[in-house]
Order: sequence, then structure tokens, then C-alpha cells
Amino acid sequence: MSPAVAPPRPDEEAIRDALRGVADPEIPAVSIVDLGMVERIEVGPDRIEVELLPTFVGCPAQELIRSTVIDALAPFGRPTVVGYSFRVPWTSDRITATGRANLTAAGFAPPAEPGDVRCPRCGSGVVVRDSYFGPTQCRSLWYCRDCRQPFEAFKPI
Amino acid sequence: MTATTIASALDAPTRTALAGFLLAMADDEFVIGFSDSEWTGIAPILEEDVAMSSIAQDELGHARALYELLAGLLDDGRDADALAYDREPEAYRHARLLDHGRGDWAMTIARRFLYDTADAARLASIGAGWPPLAELVAKIRREERYHAMHALAWVDRLARAGGEARARFVAALDELARDAPSVLATPGGEAALLEAGILGRSMAAAFDAWRSDVAGVLRPLMIPLALEPAADAARHRAAPSDDFRWLWGEFTSVRRSEPGATW
Repeated sequence: MSPAVAPPRPDEEAIRDALRGVADPEIPAVSIVDLGMVERIEVGPDRIEVELLPTFVGCPAQELIRSTVIDALAPFGRPTVVGYSFRVPWTSDRITATGRANLTAAGFAPPAEPGDVRCPRCGSGVVVRDSYFGPTQCRSLWYCRDCRQPFEAFKPI
Repeated sequence: MTATTIASALDAPTRTALAGFLLAMADDEFVIGFSDSEWTGIAPILEEDVAMSSIAQDELGHARALYELLAGLLDDGRDADALAYDREPEAYRHARLLDHGRGDWAMTIARRFLYDTADAARLASIGAGWPPLAELVAKIRREERYHAMHALAWVDRLARAGGEARARFVAALDELARDAPSVLATPGGEAALLEAGILGRSMAAAFDAWRSDVAGVLRPLMIPLALEPAADAARHRAAPSDDFRWLWGEFTSVRRSEPGATW
């Protein structure tokens, strides 16, 4: 009988692809990869390390995202260690073009300076900010004067 | 690298000073965060209900991250929750400013304005000497920018409204003026923190910057406010106020009801 053989070492891109299936539970339309939260992936002989950057220091979704990442990488057949770090500050500039498009499609204006915010429903720039703070730490409240609908925008940070 | 391993590079007096500084900063964020969360559900308008809840959530997150750094530095078996919840009221090291309860809306805005501006001056004083703190602070400052914009918008609104709104706001500022400088009192072992580059400037320098920031906001609104440097020993009250004792009872009630519970 041959000794147990460890599954082949996965490459970083395969892991990144798997992480495209993990979303922030508060913004299910955008993966943590497109949010720019994945800073580093390291595949060692006996484990996978993933370094994530929190979008906000006190984001309550951190533990849930950690366990979802571990589940998503389970098929690679080796333990996953997920660490959060502030080594590099997460900024809204890290959101990818795909992430911005997905935000808009889900009804959230992507991060922009106040003068550049567009209504995610009708595209109008005739919008006003109601409040810097929205239902989650990363969103603010806006109103579109053209289609007369409230909407949320991702905060530039 | 963990906070514990990086901390081992610091000499004993610097570690002690850093632990005291972190505890004070964490307690400040924890106490104002918990106190402001009392507005959830009862703020004057819905947008403020949401804003205060969000700001409180940010502050509690900052407190947790600071307690985690402190736990790594102390390495005495206590985690962030134990540091946050398992102390008697007398052992908290929050500034005297935060011993004042949230009061009415004008008091809450006056307290937020004075605290946010003082905290900004403190955060701007952190140097690169201890990377875990420098990195965390770089992130926190991006979030605090929103708190400052919120506080300044309300200061302007209350002050320009005249009548009862302005009168209550000015009275609240006057009530807090004596205790507000306590946020920037000189910490124990400051010389060691400066030497190690953990602080890039003294709290006395931060105080001067803060006083001129506050004057820059209040002068155009024609609100005079005298702020004098806090005596070194005066950062926190030896005997906590009734407001704080009440708050302590609230924020420790779940923890005390079932010590060690997890869910």
C-alpha cells in the first residue's frame, strides 16, 4: 500500500478563484477579492495562509468572513489560517472595476468624491447626501433628485 | 508578526508606558462608544439614530483593536474582552471628559466635538516607533475623518440656530471645558515613548494644536471657550462619576450575568 499522498499543492490563482465565491455578508454582490480585502495568499507545504485587510476596523463581519474563507478553501485539503492585519490600510481605491460594476448593479453607488456620486438606478448626477452614515459602517445615505429615490453609496475612505 | 513578539524589543520602562497609554486610549474609545450607543432608537431624527449607532460601532471597534494590542503587550492571559469588561469602575482610565454622561443632544454634540478634535490631535501624535500601533492608527484616522465632519456639521447647526439650541450647546461646552483637556494630559513615561518614537510629539504639543483647532471652529461662531492644559495627574477621576458607574453597570451586565459565556 502506498503511503497517504497529500493533495497537490494548489497555486495562488486557484485559491484566489475560490475566494471569488466569498462575499462580505453585508454586500453579497461583491466578493472579498473584488473588494480588495485579500492582501496576501501563501501556500505552504502543510497549510494555506490568507491575509485579509478589514474594510473598517470594527466591521462586525470579520469573524463570519474568516469562517467562510476557511470553508471555501477546504477542498484544497490542507488547513487554512486567516489573519486580519492593518499592515496596509484598506482603502476604497482597492475595489476592482468588477467590484464597482457589481456594486452599481446591486443598487449601491461605488465610492466617489461627493461631486462624482451618481445615482445607481438612473445614473443621474443630480443627487444630494442625506447623511455621512448609513446602515453599515461602509455606506452613506443619498437621495436622487431625478428619479426621486433614496440610495446608498459606498464611503470613500 | 504579533504584538507580543514586536513588544519584546521594547525595554521595560517603555513597555510600561506604552501599556498605560494604550489602556487610556482604549478606555476612551470604549466609554464614548458605549455612551453614544445609548442614542440608538431615541436620537432626535432617524438619520442621527443611524449616524450615532454607526459612530458608536466604529469607536467600539477601535477600542477592541486597541485592547487586542494591549493584550499582546501584557501577555498575561487576559484577552480583549477581559480587559474591556472584567474591571471594577475605579480601574478604568478614560479621560475626565468622558466621565460626563451623554446628557441631552447638545451635550452629546459638545462632548463629541471636543473629544473628536482632541482624539485627532492625539492620533496625529503617534509615531512609527511601534509598528502595530502606527499601522492601526493609520487606519483609524481614515474613519475618524467622518466623525469629525459629523460633529462639525452639528456644531455649526446648533450654534447658528440661535435660541434654545445655541444656549444649550454653549452651556454644554462651558460645562465640559474644564475636563476636556484631560484627553491630552501628559501620560506616565512620556519621555520613554518619545525616545522610542512611539510618540512623535508630546501631548503638550498635541494640546496646543488642539486648542487652536477648537478656537478655529468656535471663533467664527462667536463662542469663547477657555481651555487650559490638564495637570498630569488629572487625566482620570480617582472616584468615577455616577454617570460612569451607571454606564459600567450597563456595559458589564451581560458579561457579569454569565461569566465566560460564548456564543
